[in-house]
Amino acid sequence: MKKLLILGAGTAGTMIANKLSHVLSRDEWKITLVDQNETHYYQPGFLFIPFGIYGENDVIKPKRDFIPSGVDMIVSEIELIEPEHNRVRIAKDNRHLQYDYLIIATGTHPRPEETPGLTDASWRKNIHDFYTFDGAVALTKHLRTWQGGKLVVSIMELPYKCPVAPLEFIFLADWYFHEKGMRDKVELTLATPLPGAFTKPRAGQLLGNILEEKNIKIVPEFYTERVDSEQNVLHSYDEQEVPYDLLVVVPVNKGADVIGRSGLGDELNHVPVDKHTFLHAEYDNIFALGDAAGLPTSKAGSVAHFAAEVFVENFLRYIDGQEMTEQFDGHANCFIESGFGKGILIDFNYDVEPLPGKFPLPGIGPFSLLQESEMNHWGKMMFRWMYWNILLKGKEMPITAQMSMAGKWS
Amino acid sequence: MSTKEIAGKAIEFDADGYMADYKQWDQQVAEALASDIGITLTDAHWKVINFCRTDYEAQGDAPTLRRITTVGGVPTKDLYQLFPKGPAKKVAYVAGLKKPSGCI
Ligand SMILES: Cc1cc2nc3c(=O)[nH]c(=O)nc-3n(C[C@H](O)[C@H](O)[C@H](O)COP(=O)(O)OP(=O)(O)OC[C@H]3O[C@@H](n4cnc5c(N)ncnc54)[C@H](O)[C@@H]3O)c2cc1C
Repeated sequence: MKKLLILGAGTAGTMIANKLSHVLSRDEWKITLVDQNETHYYQPGFLFIPFGIYGENDVIKPKRDFIPSGVDMIVSEIELIEPEHNRVRIAKDNRHLQYDYLIIATGTHPRPEETPGLTDASWRKNIHDFYTFDGAVALTKHLRTWQGGKLVVSIMELPYKCPVAPLEFIFLADWYFHEKGMRDKVELTLATPLPGAFTKPRAGQLLGNILEEKNIKIVPEFYTERVDSEQNVLHSYDEQEVPYDLLVVVPVNKGADVIGRSGLGDELNHVPVDKHTFLHAEYDNIFALGDAAGLPTSKAGSVAHFAAEVFVENFLRYIDGQEMTEQFDGHANCFIESGFGKGILIDFNYDVEPLPGKFPLPGIGPFSLLQESEMNHWGKMMFRWMYWNILLKGKEMPITAQMSMAGKWS
Repeated sequence: MSTKEIAGKAIEFDADGYMADYKQWDQQVAEALASDIGITLTDAHWKVINFCRTDYEAQGDAPTLRRITTVGGVPTKDLYQLFPKGPAKKVAYVAGLKKPSGCI
């Protein structure tokens, strides 16, 4: 029996386990999945919790519901990867798990303690995050009774997962305070290390315009050094200051500590892999997918999905001793909630920036690329259903893994 | 692509305005590029530039600020003093590297 070990049963690990369990022979392969947590969180839903659009139950389900039969799921913390010995040590019963092939899918996670001052006395009082379930729930309570003032949304470090989420948060905040009849009492500011609203020029311009229309201030190239939680001021390395009454941060995102501890990561514990095949730079039986991988594309569920499709095709060839012919192109596809029941859709890859057009059917849609529409908002809302029922279970989606230029205007 | 004369050499620049071929770079080119953006190079600058070039050769990407700090050992605060306003981009420019891919 050959042993395939998958670390992390989040979006990527679960999808891959599902896909591979259908195509690998059960007589020849034993697939094992390890995760420390029994609950699967629909992380994109965290965005909607603070505004009361989603409740807690909309974003949690037991992981077991998504683990295919024939795959052995172990609930345990992963303690150490020992690539020289082809084995992984887990906390449960101090076991060692041997593998022939290892897939790392341990994701990337918010680490507020990395920014000086952030987790001092004001954490979860007037400093919040919405990148964790607990954070989103705590912020919901805070917003309910907040009387207004300066609301600052700030990104602590690049890269972070779901690059558009802070923009969506601030668009939704604008809408939320309008509905509550207190928009005039709230000053909205986005302080970001990026040179503008988004890195890619055309999307950056569109999103920048929307910020302006909504009267949201942007402080670009703001790289936070520390938070003074007594004076309520954010300080950047180049001595700019942004005062706040309520601070909502995207904390530093880091890969799992076990990656760093095992010597497999970069300075943020992301695993360096080939950007087309996900094969580890040093070990020819280790792959990393999803947010855990250090790839020059967005860290997003949609990317993990496209990547998984390419990976599975390649993996079947690889274990047969053949070349990996499929090349991942960095395809990302993100709905951006822009408030007031509208959304924007962007579709791009390593080489092509988001362009306007129609998606997925050229000329027809129903979704509009790089343009606000109500249909795009429904797309985002439908995404939750697709996530639980199609994506996680590794079923086919009506979108190709490689990005297509059809329907795009350049 | 465009070609400019820098320190007596015909240097090619890419669409982002960064050197297209880091092998065309030398010390004089670095000094000229630095003075272009108002920086006079000192030993402290060179330490950063040399780290970035070595790292670029190994990784194929201009390093991020965090990487220059954690792997190269230069505090971020110092980087802002040496290369004010956008140090990662400015070092890459002076060191003849591509624009840091940043993050999408
Ligand atoms: C607020 C927010 C909004 C988002 N919106 C979108 C969106 O609109 N569209 C989109 O495509 N993506 C979105 N994302 C991103 C998306 O959720 C992630 O990219 C996706 O979940 C990545 O999947 P993954 O499997 O790589 O990591 P994860 O799903 O995070 O899974 C990693 C797993 O590894 C486990 N693990 C880690 N370390 C250990 C250890 N040491 N021992 C045992 N287990 C361990 C964890 O328990 C976890 O289950 C959003 C994310 C957030 C936070």
